[in-house]
Parts: sequence; C-alpha cells; structure tokens
Amino acid sequence: MTVGISRRDILKTLALSAVGGSVLQVIPAQAAEYAHQAVRKDKAAAPSGKYTPKYFTPHQYETLTSLCDSIIPKEEKSPGAIEAGAPEFIDLLTSENEHYQLKLGGGLYWLDGFCTDRYTGPYLTCTPEQRKSVLDLIAFRKNAKADPTLSQGVVFFAFVRNLTCDAFYTSKIGIADLQYIGNTALPEFPGCPTLPEA
Amino acid sequence: MSQVIRSPKTYDVCIVGSGAGGGMAAKVLTEGGLNVVLLEAGPPLNPEKDFKMLMWPYELPHRGAGVGGHASENFGEFLAPNGAWIIDGEPYTSAPGANFQWFRSRIVGGRTNHWGRIALRFAPIDFTSGTRDGLGDDWPITYQDIAPYYDRVESYIGVFGTKENVSSAPDGIFLPPPKPRCTELLVKKACDKLNIICIPARLAVLTRSINGRAPCHYCGQCGRGCTTASNFSSSQVLLPPAMKTGRLTLITGAMARSVVVGKDGKAEGVSYVDKNTRTEKRVNARTVVLAASACESARLLLNSRSPAFPDGLANSSGTVGKYLTDSVGSDGWGHVPALEKMPPHNHDGVGGMHMYIPWWKFDRNNDFPRGYHIELYGGRDMPGVGMFDELCHDEEGYGATLKTRARQIYGTTIGFAGRGEMIPNPHTYCEIDPDVVDQWGIPVLRFHFRWSEYELRQAQDMQQTFRSIIEAMGGVYKTKTAIDGQYPFGILEGGKIIHEVGTARMGADPKTSVVNGYCQAHDVKNLFVADGAPLVTNPDKNPTLTIMALSWRASEYLLDEAKKGNI
Repeated sequence: MTVGISRRDILKTLALSAVGGSVLQVIPAQAAEYAHQAVRKDKAAAPSGKYTPKYFTPHQYETLTSLCDSIIPKEEKSPGAIEAGAPEFIDLLTSENEHYQLKLGGGLYWLDGFCTDRYTGPYLTCTPEQRKSVLDLIAFRKNAKADPTLSQGVVFFAFVRNLTCDAFYTSKIGIADLQYIGNTALPEFPGCPTLPEA
Repeated sequence: MSQVIRSPKTYDVCIVGSGAGGGMAAKVLTEGGLNVVLLEAGPPLNPEKDFKMLMWPYELPHRGAGVGGHASENFGEFLAPNGAWIIDGEPYTSAPGANFQWFRSRIVGGRTNHWGRIALRFAPIDFTSGTRDGLGDDWPITYQDIAPYYDRVESYIGVFGTKENVSSAPDGIFLPPPKPRCTELLVKKACDKLNIICIPARLAVLTRSINGRAPCHYCGQCGRGCTTASNFSSSQVLLPPAMKTGRLTLITGAMARSVVVGKDGKAEGVSYVDKNTRTEKRVNARTVVLAASACESARLLLNSRSPAFPDGLANSSGTVGKYLTDSVGSDGWGHVPALEKMPPHNHDGVGGMHMYIPWWKFDRNNDFPRGYHIELYGGRDMPGVGMFDELCHDEEGYGATLKTRARQIYGTTIGFAGRGEMIPNPHTYCEIDPDVVDQWGIPVLRFHFRWSEYELRQAQDMQQTFRSIIEAMGGVYKTKTAIDGQYPFGILEGGKIIHEVGTARMGADPKTSVVNGYCQAHDVKNLFVADGAPLVTNPDKNPTLTIMALSWRASEYLLDEAKKGNI
C-alpha cells in the first residue's frame, strides 16, 4: 500500500459512501482492496487449536476425517483434504442442516454396519487393505448395480466426495493446487496469452 | 396496529421500489425539481459491509455454500445482497402444474445489485413483432421513440460494446470492450466455421472512467457488488445523484400495501407497512410511480381495490397480471480438450462474458417464432463450491486419481446460456390468491404458467446449437436433456431467468392495456408504472436497459405534465 492513501482516508471515503451520495467519487481499486484486507481480517474464521465437532460424535468425526483423507489425500504435489479443513467444513454444514444430518450421520452408521458384517468391526478398526476394498465398492455406481445392497453406501460416499471436493477446492491449498490466478485488481485485462489450437 | 400514522407532508411523487426503474425515476424526477419519496421494502445497503468483493472462499466459514449449504439455492453466499426465490413470511403460490419461480430482492437497489449487467437494446423489429408474425401485439411506441433514451441511459451508466450493425442487436453508445478470454476466442473461431455471429458483449461495466466512477479492475466479481461502483447498480449510480439534489426522501423497510385513491379517482399516496415498527403508515403524493418489479406492481394494483375500482386500480381492461412472460432459458456445457494445454493465466475479466452470440437466424425460416441469444461462460474461474460436482459424478472413484483429474479438467469447460423470447399465452398470468396473505396481511400472488410449443422448439434449437459449437471446437458436449418430463430440452421453470415482465402492459387501446406509451395508467392519470410491467413483448434481450429507458422517458413526460398542471 504505497499509493499515498492513508487508511484513515480510505475509511473516511468508504464511510461517506455508505451514507449515500458520494459513491460517485473515485475510489482507487487499490484503496478498495486495502479496505477489504482490513475487513477480511474481521470476517475470516480464526481456527485455533483442535477443532471440536459441532454435530458428529468423536467416533463419527474420526471416520469422516479418514474418508476425507482417502478422497483427496496429501501427495507430492500438494497437501490434502484434512489440511484444507474438509472435516470441519462438513461438520459445520451438517450441524445446520437436518437433511445432511440424516444423509451423513446415517451414512456413517451404514458404513460401520457394513464393515462389521463384512469384517470384524467398524470402519476404523479395519486394516488399510480392508478399508480400500470397502471404498473400491462404494466409490462406483456400477457396483451397486451388481450388488443392490451397496446402493445406500454408494449414495452416501458420493455425497461425502462432493463435499470433500467443495472443501478442498475452496481452500487456499486447493486453489493453489489448481493454479488459479486472479481475484486481484488489475488496471487492464490482459486477454488470452496464446490462442489454444482447437 | 392501533392507528394509521399519516405523514403530514404531501410529496410531489411517491415511487415504490428502488431498482432499475424506480432508481431511474428518482434521479430524473428529483433533478427535474420534484420532491420525491421513495419506498423500499428492504433495508439500506452498505456496500463496504454487504459486498464481498475480492474475498476468497476460505475467508468465510461456509466457503460460499452458506449456512447449512443452502446458499447454492440462491446463487451462493458471495453475491451481493440479492434476494431469494423464497422469502420467509412473504410467500407466493402457484396454480397446480405452474411451478413459477419468483425472485425478489428486498434491498435498496433491488436486483440491480447482483444482476448480470447485460445491457442490450431491443431492436426496431421487436416493437412491431405482432404485425410481423401475427403473434401477440405491437407496442404503441417505436424504436425511434425509445432510441434517444437508450442513448442517454448508456451514456450515463456506461456500457461497453462494439458497433456491429447486426439488425437483431442494435448498436449503442459504447465504451471499448475488454479483450476476449481464451474460451471466448475458441467459441468465436467455432462460430465463424458455423456461420454464427459472435461479437463483443454489451455489459454495464466501465472499461473507462465516466461520470466520476472508477474503471473496472477486472476481478470478475460484478455479481458480488462492486465497492468502486465500476459496474451499474441503481443503489450506487442512480440514487446518489438523486440524493444529492436534496429532494429525495428514501424510506426503507416500507412494504407497500396499496395505492390510496381519492374520491376523484386520482391516486393520493401509498399505504405501507413499516417493517421496522410493524405499524401501518401512509405517504401522500400528487403522483404515484410503481416500480416494485413487474409482478409486485401488478400485485399492488390488484390489491388497490375500491368501490370505484372493484377489480383493482387501473384495471378496467382486466389485463393487470395478464401477458406475463419470462425469457426462455436452456443451458448447456461441454469439455474442450484444447483448453488443457493452456498455461495458468488470469481469466477473471469483468463479472460476465466479454463475447456473446446475438440472435443470428433472423433472415431465415425457423420452426419457432422470434429468437434467442447465447451467453458464454467457462474457463479458469475462481474455484468455488460445486465446481467439481460433474467430475465427481462422471468419473467417481477417489484418491490421487481424482485429484489429478480435477487438475486436468479445471478450466476446460465452456458453457452456454440460451435466452429467448416467450410469446404471451392465456395460460400464463398472475392474480391475487383468494386464500393467502403474507405476514404483513397483504394478499399474495398466485401464478399460472405454461410454456407452449414455440418455447420448447426454441429450447431444442438452443441445445442443438450448443452441441454444434462444442463439437466444432473438438470438444464433447456434456449436457443431457430429454424431450419431455419436467425440463424438456433443458427449459427452465418460468421465472428462473428473472426476466418476468408484461403484467401491466402498455398500449394505445385502454380496453386491452393498462398504461399508455408513457407508462401512464389509462384509468388514473397521476399513476405511472416504471418497471418491467409495461413491456408489451419480452424479446431475447435482457429487459433492464429497456426498463431504464422507458422509466427515463416516462419521468420526463411526468415532469412535463406536472409543469402543464395536467397531473
């Protein structure tokens, strides 16, 4: 912020504009961005320390976290869904939506029931190989066609997958992973760097 | 509610609604010297607090999904305070089978805070389409009548575009357009192959500074509301100059109930519920301008019943609420592998398309009347909630494979939104529901809505065109539509395009129309309607620019009549 506009000037201009009547005066884009930085700090969620789930039981939350990790894992290119805050995001939304509570809360019971029937206990007690074989079944619709007893699990997993992607790709990590460039003030739009070959 | 609180003052004009039509009337009338009171059903707007310009998704706890994930039903939580399809305590109903969707914005500036900024003139032929193909009626005014007001609106609000001489899409007074995005260059190349016209878009976004407003900073977020007022909204561009005259009184939280009519049959003011104090109030005015949105204004007229006007005010023709139309809307998208080769780059631009496809088949016989235009989207947009739903559905699975595919697929989709003209039909209208009131005691609207074969064939043509463009780019068209069911050819529910107009149409004959060519009620000389309600037809051009041009014209006429002592 070196364009010679003080924070006080900006806030004064914005306060005037809020009253109405003076928005028509020019507010430089940098000034607007500066003010937004200040607002952002107030609005930004401030996660501190360990997250306490609002809806899920500790066991359910641990299971959900494991699923998120499998859906978008950390690999050599970038961290994964856990680092991106996916379990927290899903828990927050679920705590506010009865429909989610049924789909996800019920779905997690379904998963533990399925694992107990198939192996010896809930999902989290299964070996990595057992978990993988469960996920390989419920991650694809075609498996439910072959074995209709899987269909509720497939629907549940598809919902967790969507929410995990939502959380990951709206995080700083996920946005960097896609190499999105933007959300910034430019004096001119540069246009297309080179026309792609059709 | 013990007693009605009457304001002792009598204003020259009471305007109901602060959106495109009401904001324009407020500016023109106050600058013309009149004292105006403006009733807005929603709260005041504070751009700095209410607009989320330049915020990242992760700066909000809900990441854009909104509380309980519900924001997606209303375009996400990043948009400007934008209203909703459903407002608690203010319902509307649909007749069986109608399923009309009504989007309302209760806030200063109304829907102009979030709108798409697409600013297209109606064409000369759009004013005489009844004569042209025998469907519906002509307007009582011509393109020549409205053209000077298009000039003024464009010059004042700022619209970018280029002179193209396409007869379905008249040129205007334009600022230079922004450079095309990669996706748009690809579409243009494909359109050239297919003989489809593809030209720079026309949006109310400033590519140069005008009237003291800063030029666009290309963050791609017009829909969130612009803190620098570099795009058009009534709240930031029309109301400030009106305020500056010292002759505008803005009353927020004022839910208009009815137009008050005197013994002489003239409008005397507006009664409203003050939402803040939950009391019944009234303002007195020599003239009333309704600009509450087409259907809300029709509702007000129909609810203003009196012995002199048993069927509602200004409704001797019985046409208030009739002739309702929305734009035909059908969308589609495809995957374009050529875009996978693009290096990461800033694709934001203005908050909307830089290129578009105007109606191009105006010189041939089609199997449906009138036409449509195509809006473009896609490419390397800021990631957001729902962006990879399709990928998840199509490819399923999990793990590193899913992550790699997301990287490959990001930015490689191109989408289309077809927006076409609906012909008014007798099965599509709104009326007062005899059984239901809202929480303010005001009887609500009941909608009747039906698409005809005309619109379905148009939607079918849109889908075929989208596919042909994607395939000409070497892409794969992904949208699947059925020929029947709830969404034949992808046609959206009535109301979903938020271009509902026609419910107090203008006409030369008082027996078949509500207002005259100056938006003045045939039955009540000091009553005007200055929103989308007077539009006789709903061409494939988004109505906002025309609403503002008509409002400016009506306001000048009102000033003139007031000077002559006629109202």
